[in-house]
Amino acid sequence: MPYIPHTPDEVREMLDVIGAASIDELFAEIPAELRPKSFDVPPGLTEMEVRRRLERLAAKNRTDMSSFLGGGFYDHYVPSAADMLLARGEFYTAYTPYQPEASQGTLQAIFEYQTAVARLFEMECANAGVYDGGTALYEAVMMAVRHTRRKKVVVSEAVNPIYRIVLATYTKNLRLTLVTVPHMRGSDDMAALTQAVDAETAAVVVQNPNFFGTIQDFTSLFSTARDQGAVSILSGYPVLQTVLKTPGAMGADIATAEGQSLGLPLSFGGPYLGIMTCRKALVRQMPGRIAGRTADASGRTGYVLTLQAREQHIRRQKATSNICSNQALCALRALVNLCLTGEEGLTRQAALSIENAHYAAMRLCCIPEITLLNRDLPYGNEFTAVFPINAKKIVRALADEGIVAGFPLGRYYPGLENALLVCCTEKHGRDEIDRLARKVEKAL
Amino acid sequence: MSTVFAKSVPGREGVWPEKPRTEPVDFIPEGLLRGRDANLPSLSELDVVRHFTRLSSKNYGVDSNFYPLGSCTMKYNPKFTEEVAALPGFSRLHPLAPQLPGGGDMVPGALEVMYETEQLLCQITGMAAFTLHPMAGAHGELTGALMMAAYHADKGHAKTKIICPDSAHGTNPASAAIAGYEVVSIASKDGIIDPEALAAVLDDQVAGVMMTVPNTLGLFERHLPRIVELCRAADALLYYDGANLNAILGKLRVGDAGFDVVHLNLHKTFGTPHGGGGPGSGPVGVSERLIPYLPISRVFKDEAGRFSLRYDYPKSIGYVAPFYGNFGVMLKAYAYILRLGGEGLTRVSENAVLAANYLRKRLDDLLDVPFDRTCMHEFVASAERQGKNGVHALDIAKALLDRGYHAPTIYFPLIVKEAIMIEPTETESKDTLDAFVTDLREILALAETNPAAITAAPVTLPVGRLDETRAARAMEITDDLG
Amino acid sequence: MIPKDLLYSKSHEWAKIEGGVAVVGITHFAQEQLGDITYVDLPQVGAVFEAGQEMGSIESVKAASELYCPVSGEVLEVNPELDAAPEKVNADPYGEGWMIKIKVTDEPIDLMSPEEYAEIAQAEH
Repeated sequence: MPYIPHTPDEVREMLDVIGAASIDELFAEIPAELRPKSFDVPPGLTEMEVRRRLERLAAKNRTDMSSFLGGGFYDHYVPSAADMLLARGEFYTAYTPYQPEASQGTLQAIFEYQTAVARLFEMECANAGVYDGGTALYEAVMMAVRHTRRKKVVVSEAVNPIYRIVLATYTKNLRLTLVTVPHMRGSDDMAALTQAVDAETAAVVVQNPNFFGTIQDFTSLFSTARDQGAVSILSGYPVLQTVLKTPGAMGADIATAEGQSLGLPLSFGGPYLGIMTCRKALVRQMPGRIAGRTADASGRTGYVLTLQAREQHIRRQKATSNICSNQALCALRALVNLCLTGEEGLTRQAALSIENAHYAAMRLCCIPEITLLNRDLPYGNEFTAVFPINAKKIVRALADEGIVAGFPLGRYYPGLENALLVCCTEKHGRDEIDRLARKVEKAL
Repeated sequence: MSTVFAKSVPGREGVWPEKPRTEPVDFIPEGLLRGRDANLPSLSELDVVRHFTRLSSKNYGVDSNFYPLGSCTMKYNPKFTEEVAALPGFSRLHPLAPQLPGGGDMVPGALEVMYETEQLLCQITGMAAFTLHPMAGAHGELTGALMMAAYHADKGHAKTKIICPDSAHGTNPASAAIAGYEVVSIASKDGIIDPEALAAVLDDQVAGVMMTVPNTLGLFERHLPRIVELCRAADALLYYDGANLNAILGKLRVGDAGFDVVHLNLHKTFGTPHGGGGPGSGPVGVSERLIPYLPISRVFKDEAGRFSLRYDYPKSIGYVAPFYGNFGVMLKAYAYILRLGGEGLTRVSENAVLAANYLRKRLDDLLDVPFDRTCMHEFVASAERQGKNGVHALDIAKALLDRGYHAPTIYFPLIVKEAIMIEPTETESKDTLDAFVTDLREILALAETNPAAITAAPVTLPVGRLDETRAARAMEITDDLG
Repeated sequence: MIPKDLLYSKSHEWAKIEGGVAVVGITHFAQEQLGDITYVDLPQVGAVFEAGQEMGSIESVKAASELYCPVSGEVLEVNPELDAAPEKVNADPYGEGWMIKIKVTDEPIDLMSPEEYAEIAQAEH
């Protein structure tokens, strides 16, 4: 049997030590009436057979298309060295670093990851990560609810709609009031958001760039929130964060992000990485693991999991979160990717992505009857184009040409059926963008 | 070893893309830009490769060390599954693709993998349906608790409490509390749930009872049929924490046994690596009566054999994850299940239980084993006896590290003093188990004759015991704090 | 280590009541059980508690515990030192490790004498 090393002789020897006649005897405690009624799992296959089967399934998926699909999940270039380093068994076959002396590799990497994302967002503290950007946002909201002991949460409609559904699912039984402030043609309605934040508000939640791709400054909104005793939460985009004004500079109390763009494959939605950073005053409300630096008795520097009294294994039902396993290997990948590309490389990735998106918008807007949803507002690597016809028709027509044109917004924003969210990264070439524009023009 | 930031040399070239023709300020007003460095490292590719290769050498992993960490099922992770998950036909798939018009046709292979995985997990557990969305065990627990809430609310009787035994993993009460429940703890008797203690608290406000089988002491819950009966009578749903499923594959299907909700840990039972703390995958299975409440989306197979994602389930609890869970992890588990097949999975549990009982027998003269009867895939010993010489479970753990073994789980479950929880798994050879016994016996002998040699451990690792109090007080959690 | 001039709660807080004001802390036994204390979360001045109500929490590396207010009243003062130096609770639980001063509004009930508390601590040891 694969992966099970015992020979029949060894099994016999072990049973003799135990004093059992057979392996079956070891299961004697499970009464007959509880035994499986069936166990209809097909017979095992060789490694080659399984690989062939999976290769056949993989080949059914279309990954050869030229894609402008983003929506918070982006196909950036990943250096080859990242794959090589992440393949080290010492990293990926380890468990959570409960024995720090035998886990300094993982622990120092978490510490470095925390440092890197805290610097990226200009926040004081970071944890080792949670499941993904959506659950990170939910955890941030719960931090605010605990910290303020208030129940009202103000959310901009320009926050990723999928994250907003996740938030609604988790808070359904918690008697929270979620107030959604409608967007204004793709921008956050600052006046309405500011007005919605009052002395009952636990948190105000925004995203930058927002789901439509729009870039804004939330400094004034966050200042109002502070005056009202509410917590400001911003969901960001790590790659662009090298060039955009940071949540820290805007005065956010908590910044979260989907970490996928930092070197993680799209992989059909996971595993991803929920980045969480916050001000020091909120660190004890943070969920999940945190690595800290300390020393041993002879003064050697080392790293441990710290502030564990927040966590479920100590505080049980009073813990800040139930999270145990997180996405440690994804955080390591994000760190390795950040180090390989470095300050300059990441800044270039951001600049190239922004440049390509603006080129694409310019090309599309040269086509009669195509406009931007909000041409007055700046955007980063993603923008919302509005067509004279339903955007789904564009997507369908371009699919036949081997192009994924973008994400039609009608699904989540009734009234925006003609709007299409288009993203670029540094991987897009001008020729690819020119072809998109030609095919869109043809489809109209 | 200095941090990667300390090694940074401004201007040193890494893996850079070409220089952009423009700058962000050409498109975005200056006031919206960062305008200063993020102080990320600037390093050569070799600098980075060497830094992380050296870091990796400071870790124990299953690939390098026996890792008998109880409750965590640190079995061997087959390598071919890594290649399977990295196939571009899977790894390049955008999660929003199926939401595009005609998008299901772009990802049929991925949907088929998810559908098949759900079907296999149903067969393995006897549950009626599965969701693959939860990204770890605790996430599965929360998903399960939310479904229990939805079930009771739908019946017009929202309930307020969930019962957990005192031997439960900490995630059980934490998940129940986060779902909005009050947690009631019940005391174990002879290491297992006492049906009378359960009956005493099982009133009409109890939404569910969370169990681990075998439990965290590695013991089978002998009163399971009676517990099922009690829960049915009180309309409380029975939850199965799948952390210990590695003990019962092919021997007990929790669906047949009467459980309503289960979560599995693909990263424990189904051979996917734990990654130093994740990513895991915590699929949740339900009995027939809970199907309407499963999270959306759900994978649907039509009569023509075509796959699609469906969202039209009005009673669903909603989205527990933005997409479909940790797809890359479920791919590895799917490959693992196909590789082993039904017989292979049964052998997994048989050999895991065999190895645990073997270690228990070879050690029970030197370590107290509080409930010394046939265990399942793991057992809990106690170092209380060693305490008289000033040697504690922690010291024994550290001494094991010195000898090249990862330590067992210690101080859990909470109901055993000086607990040492040992789970060898089915993939470790008898030679490895014997060597472990020899070394552990030597440690326990030293605990009698020269306790200072044990309490000083570890001495062979990059650092000795670290000052955790200082870490918590100084709170140096980034290079810039503290 | 159970001073004679204090009253005690079942949850291991002590109170010294003089002139309608109670000084509150945790007992020597409690700090010993927790181990090296790393953080004390105390209420704000002006907060009002019923006796037995949760008023904060205390953490060590491996444990966490809620703090319960032993008397009813309004918080007048919070020990400003404990934020930076939580170890004072270990070193001097009845002195420098005091936690809050509270204006007592009701006659204390359910508090124990040193002798009664000694029995409880003994039993839990």
